[in-house]
Amino acid sequence: MSEDRGKAPRWAIWLPLALFAGFLALVMAGLFRPADRNVSSALVGKAMPRFDLPAALPGRPGLDSRALATGKPHLVNIFASWCVPCRVEAPQLGELARAGVPIQGISVRDTTENLQAFLAEHGDPFQRIGADDDGKVQLALGSSGVPETYVVDGKGTIVYQHIGEIRPEHVGFLLEKLKDAEQ
Amino acid sequence: MKRIAILAGLLFAGPILAQEEQSSAPYAYRQIDDPAKEAEAQSLMESLRCLQCQGQSIADSDAPIAGSMRSLVRERIAAGEEPEAIRAWLIERYGDYVSYAPQLTALTWPLFAAPAVLLLIAFLLLRRRFGSGSGEAR
Repeated sequence: MSEDRGKAPRWAIWLPLALFAGFLALVMAGLFRPADRNVSSALVGKAMPRFDLPAALPGRPGLDSRALATGKPHLVNIFASWCVPCRVEAPQLGELARAGVPIQGISVRDTTENLQAFLAEHGDPFQRIGADDDGKVQLALGSSGVPETYVVDGKGTIVYQHIGEIRPEHVGFLLEKLKDAEQ
Repeated sequence: MKRIAILAGLLFAGPILAQEEQSSAPYAYRQIDDPAKEAEAQSLMESLRCLQCQGQSIADSDAPIAGSMRSLVRERIAAGEEPEAIRAWLIERYGDYVSYAPQLTALTWPLFAAPAVLLLIAFLLLRRRFGSGSGEAR
């Protein structure tokens, strides 16, 4: 029994220090590169779920998921008038719309008056806007917040999800994704 | 008189100040009439994560998206759907992260297997240590 418990090798004395250094490195890594807390949709790569949202504004069609499978890629933007980052991304959405990208909107937990005021102030790039007043379609799409933007290909498959506001540096990437979705 | 006027004014000030989310989800803050079903919904809601305030369950959270999720859970349970089917529906959309109840997947099985493996190792070590004494005596 005693020979089992022979003297520990010399290097073993450094083991606690090495463990401590390893632990410290782990803590530092966590501090300087915080984990990504975005919950991305598990539906990327799958078909857009079926939904049919009523019109959010008078005179503008609502959004039926069948209107997405037209053979041409679309952007589906989940937004709301109460959402501050949505104001930040408005110019970029306008730029995409001017580039000829069809943009469909889903307004979440919003009212017609607030929506009209929002679009009057920040521009209106939307072809259709569906009113998701109770947030059910947002949940069906696996969206965890606003704004979020889905790239949907011509067959109605979600090919990409952009979480958070579209900043100027994201526009080129989204255009690329839309181009890829054409094939 | 002035004070009453101010108080009366405050009554109407709320909706104007709150230029924010206006959810029409019916069961966000209303229980199901059937207490048994409400209890079922409650226990499911306590094990679903709010996606906005990620440390809270949707039962605890006051975030509007949690309200939408509560309404979804209650409406489906009231319609007779199984709680685990609703959990599966949400996991299909948000991944395992949305559920606080641990799922056995290709990624998580070591967590379930580790205690069994450790117990087995402990058993083998103990048997070697205590079993060897009687072995030597033989």
